[in-house]
Amino acid sequence: MSLNTLFFGVYPYICLTVFVIGSWIRYDNEQYTWKTDSSMLLSKDNMLLASNLFHVGILMLFLGHFAGMVLPHGLWVALGVSDLAHQWLAIWAGLIFGTACLVGGVMLWRRRMFNPRIRKNSRRADIFVLSWLLLTLILGLLTIPFSIGHANKGDPSVMLALGEWVRSILVLNPKPELMAQADPIFRAHIFFGLTVFLIFPFTRLVHILTAPFNYAVRAYQIVRTKRPVKSSI
Amino acid sequence: MKIRAQFAMVFNLDKCIGCHTCSVTCKNVWTNRKGVEYAWFNNVESKPGIGYPKEWENQEKWKGGWEKLNGKLELKAGGKIKKLVQIFANPNMPQIDDYYEPFTFDYARLQNAPLSEAAPTARPVSQVTGEKMDKVTWGPNWEDDLAGEFASRARDKNFSNMEKEMYKQFENTFHMYLPRICNHCINPACVASCPSGALYKRDEDGIVLADQDRCRGWRMCISGCPYKKVFFNWESSKAEKCVGCYPRVENGLPTVCSESCVGRIRYNGIILYDADKISEAASADNVQDLYQEHLDMFVDPFDPAVIAQAKKDGISDDWILAAQKSPIYKMAVQWKIAFPLHPEYRTLPMIWYVPPLSPVQSQIDQKALPTEADGVIPKASAMRLPVKYLANLLTAGQEQPIVDALNRMIAMRSYQRSIHVEGTPDTRALDAVGMTEDMAKEMYRYLAIANYEDRFVIPTSKEEMRMEDYYGFQGQAGFSFGNDSSTGISPNSLFPERRKETVESRLLAPHADDHDVSGERY
Repeated sequence: MSLNTLFFGVYPYICLTVFVIGSWIRYDNEQYTWKTDSSMLLSKDNMLLASNLFHVGILMLFLGHFAGMVLPHGLWVALGVSDLAHQWLAIWAGLIFGTACLVGGVMLWRRRMFNPRIRKNSRRADIFVLSWLLLTLILGLLTIPFSIGHANKGDPSVMLALGEWVRSILVLNPKPELMAQADPIFRAHIFFGLTVFLIFPFTRLVHILTAPFNYAVRAYQIVRTKRPVKSSI
Repeated sequence: MKIRAQFAMVFNLDKCIGCHTCSVTCKNVWTNRKGVEYAWFNNVESKPGIGYPKEWENQEKWKGGWEKLNGKLELKAGGKIKKLVQIFANPNMPQIDDYYEPFTFDYARLQNAPLSEAAPTARPVSQVTGEKMDKVTWGPNWEDDLAGEFASRARDKNFSNMEKEMYKQFENTFHMYLPRICNHCINPACVASCPSGALYKRDEDGIVLADQDRCRGWRMCISGCPYKKVFFNWESSKAEKCVGCYPRVENGLPTVCSESCVGRIRYNGIILYDADKISEAASADNVQDLYQEHLDMFVDPFDPAVIAQAKKDGISDDWILAAQKSPIYKMAVQWKIAFPLHPEYRTLPMIWYVPPLSPVQSQIDQKALPTEADGVIPKASAMRLPVKYLANLLTAGQEQPIVDALNRMIAMRSYQRSIHVEGTPDTRALDAVGMTEDMAKEMYRYLAIANYEDRFVIPTSKEEMRMEDYYGFQGQAGFSFGNDSSTGISPNSLFPERRKETVESRLLAPHADDHDVSGERY
């Protein structure tokens, strides 16, 4: 098995399996540990700006990746979006939200590393996950010059191949060979990105899965009645 | 009409001596852990003062509680969508310094310091960072007994609509203690603010709890509560709050703060209210009507129609009996001497306060104070504490109910004084406020004597009715794993069954008299 097959044919499945099963087990058994781990009480230090930039940026980046790479290519064609227009859209959206996320993320990272209250009360996983996300983000931003190069030549083939590869993974018909032609920077970004799924269940990232959308539709007040207690298991 | 029972308390401020025993016992039971060193579910503030956390009563700053917006009741910090938009960083979140940075002292230094000219000092050490601190700058009772300069304390919101400058002068200074815990509100803003639905009100007794499993630490409750009585545990990143000592209350015992109160100022009991009136009461147009609307929610536990409806709504006979004997009902509804704290927050709080009397003895002796008919006890309006201040604290600024309450308490004193000092009952003061002698005697028993069984009328939670095998859970009421009233369990479990309850053997334990002939136990 070539390294390319290992990284882009096997590794994605390891990451996704750990992501799904790991999160499920943690949700089932460790509800108490399932939390945002907010540190705002200890220091509000620029949090209004930093946290919003980071979160909005990263959520928009996720949506962008989802729209461009998971949704079928045919959908965009049917909507009349040419491949080249698609690529320019991806470049601009990535640049804008990537920069927002980077600015917020660096502020958060500085706070986490150098604010004595936050540093003292950070777990190793907290520092690791934030640093890893930032590295992934920087690699992602570094792909933009390459994308611009492709777009200027009127050649969206690398972008299309990346999307094709993502969908091949998701439909359980992996085509790692599609990645062989991509520039190394894309492959590095994807490796880092896949690893985020691998570490996901073991970090504070799990709070994403319980984003409280339900709040928008539920009644304000909650009253609970005691459950009957069974005598034995 | 839907009748619900509420576990409620009255604090008689007239007898609070500010000893902080309630705070310390509560601290030792509930918050002596990492992450909540700074949290005092119960604290005693000196008023006037800005309190703990700083300026908690200033809702322009903290945006706690509810407000009336375009004729509709809405959270002051904004509705659900606004809350979700602000979820990445809550702009109204206090920082720990608003409470105080938790500290200990470097005590070892006192013993280990080398010989020196000056005595060694134990410097404060931050419990957050472990670093030495320059100095401690705030705490849960920082303004104790009016410590600090007036300019700082005068930021107290209860001075609104008052000429506060005159109270700066030593001769006009006034002072009272205000013990505070979670109000276990009927319209709790913390519950309404929680995006994940972790905070809830218990159907059975109205105690408001934070489900530790369900809480995700979105920290909206912290700013949502106008009394700032939900705390963020910075170690676990979960919300924690006063639990109303429910493991004790479920067994018919008073809360720890009430039990340990040296001055016997705390009363625990049940009060019945009509749950259909909640939204109407909380959304009264004028904030000054909120106290009366709140009172109107309470139902008469002696009324046969109410009793019939209560039974239909699942309230048992001994709870109805407890509601009839409730000291809360007597003081809040029958005598009208207890008031809710800041009703203008529209949360319908259920810890009520008897306002303090504050006669100036030296002025009485000099006959410089206008007095009641007995010529000894001064008029309510001539007390040291301005009525306006009490009204801002307890009735959203409406003075008449406070004056009436003070007058009833004064009349009771005047009557009792005539019995014990003059030897003949003088009912002139009672007649002036429309009280009977029996009423005055009963008030005297509850307020002055304050017997244990009069102060605490707490029916048990009837766990034996809820549990199949109640012997298996003996001694465990309130101490089960997880939340008894939790619905936080996912039905789609990866494993067949999650263990939430204590594991009990399938085999029954032998009874004491189950011996075989040889005398051996089996």
